[in-house]
Parts: sequence; C-alpha cells; structure tokens
Amino acid sequence: MRVELNGEQVETSAATLSQLIEERGLAAPSVATAVNGEFVPRGMRDGKALTEGARIEVLSPMQGG
Amino acid sequence: MFYGITPKSRLMLGTAQYPSPKVLSDAIAASQAEIITVSLRREGAGGAGFRDLIKTSGCRLLPNTAGCHSAREAITTAQMARELFDTNWIKLEVIGHADTLQPDPFALVEAARILCADGFEVFPYTTEDLILGEKLVEAGCRVLMPWGAPIGSGQGLRHEDALCTMRAHFPDIPLVIDAGLGAPSQAAKAMEMGFDAVLLNTAVAKAGDPVTMARAFAGAVEAGRLAHEAGLMGQRDMAVASTPIFGMAALS
Repeated sequence: MRVELNGEQVETSAATLSQLIEERGLAAPSVATAVNGEFVPRGMRDGKALTEGARIEVLSPMQGG
Repeated sequence: MFYGITPKSRLMLGTAQYPSPKVLSDAIAASQAEIITVSLRREGAGGAGFRDLIKTSGCRLLPNTAGCHSAREAITTAQMARELFDTNWIKLEVIGHADTLQPDPFALVEAARILCADGFEVFPYTTEDLILGEKLVEAGCRVLMPWGAPIGSGQGLRHEDALCTMRAHFPDIPLVIDAGLGAPSQAAKAMEMGFDAVLLNTAVAKAGDPVTMARAFAGAVEAGRLAHEAGLMGQRDMAVASTPIFGMAALS
C-alpha cells in the first residue's frame, strides 16, 4: 500500500505504525508520531493500523527558538 | 515563577540557527540560561547529535509549536513534544500571518484552553493585547509571553508603552518578553520595566560572535533586573543640580 511518510509517498508492506517505523529504520524510542494529523502515543503504535493514503508524521527533536 | 520553577537566570535561550553545535553549546553555557527552547521536525539527519547536546546542557527544555498555523496543528505538536521531551511545558505559538509571524489570537486561546485542560503548562507567545492576555489566563495559562517585535526582526520593544501597561495590568502573572530583541540594551530595558524574563534566539545565534553575545545578554538581563529591584529614579523635565549649592564659595 502507499502512504505518505513525512511528506513523501512510500510503498510499504507494513500493516501498523510500529511496523512502518521498524521497516524504515527510524529510531523508535526517540521519535513522536502522528497519523492523519492525530497524535499516536508510543504505546499505541502497535495497534495503529495503516490505511491506503494515510499521512504519517515521524518527528524528532530539533533546534528551535 | 514558571509553574513552580524559579530559575536563577532570567534569560531563556533558543537553540536554532547557530553556526555549529559547538557554538550552540558554548553559547548556552555563556548565557547561563537554565531554560532552552527546542522544536520537533521530521526525522532526518542530525537528530541524534542534537539529542545528546540538549541532554548534556543540563537545561530544562521548553518545546515550541513554531510554524503551526492552526489550533489543531499546535495541539498535535504539543502532544508529540510532551512525549518526546518528557515535559508538560509547551511554548504555544499559533501563527496568524506568515510575514509578521503575529499570533492568531483566536486560535491561540482555543489551543491554550484545550492544552491547559489536558495538563500542559502553557507558555503562550502572544501580543501585548490585554484582553487576549486575560483570555489566556482564563484558559489556564500561568505565564504570558508578549512579543517585543516580530520574531527574528531584532527591532526591540516596538510597543514600549503598551508593554508597560501590560506589566501593570498583570501584576501577579509572570511575563516574559519573547521575540524581536536584537541588542542587550533592549533586554536590559525589558527587565528594567519589570518583566520577569526574556526569551531570545536570533540576536545571539546570528551575532558575529554568538558566545560573546550570549554573555552580553546575560549581563544585560542581570543588570536590568537589578535596576528594577533597586527602583529607578523618576524623570524630570528640568535640570536639578546634583551637587549641593549650600556652602558654595562667592568667587564672582
């Protein structure tokens, strides 16, 4: 299925948010996630099923003012 | 002062736009800031180094919602920041206009209300508008952060009289001048006026020598605060001789 990960279209076989994070090699403990604009807490990534066209944001700490 | 935390330093420092991580680290140390602002961005290169840097700084983190233009975006960002940085603190920015980076007051209050009810300790980036300030306090904010001038403009305290009025209007709410400061003298002025702290980023990060500028701002903030505590003399229209006339020799 195709999803949008951090603004880029990606083809994935991941069924859940956790699987997508693992598939993409993202550092799971040090990122925060949202799907379709809604925050998904760390503990709920396993149960968060992905759907075609889902917009996924995976964010990490960055410099800010 | 700030949700039960009273830092020794009244300077809060942003962490963006420094020429290198080393300069950022040294500038934080030179500023003596105990609170630094951070943000969240899409996972990419360089994230790990910054994580280590903020950990070793020993500073309390104030994550921001910079770049958010709606209450919903800001709320989701705040929720993500709370998990990632393990803090209830959030510097709430809801931007109303891309050119001025002026807050959207309506979305700001809406987001503040929802976040305060959800247990966040909100530091709203606001204007000097008194009614907006009251609405934010009603929403649960225990700190207000009025802008000095548009973010990154370095213009200083653009509406000094209005900021004075705001200080007088909210005697019991900690007020932080956030954004727009360009020079240490402007920070000193804000502190002389009785503001509780200043938050700045660009003025240090974009200085010719950010580390030395961080030290300059630390000195200015301390001097301004001491002056406020000491009590400034009133201005007069006419000269008043400081040396006594009594006992002066008749030499003419």
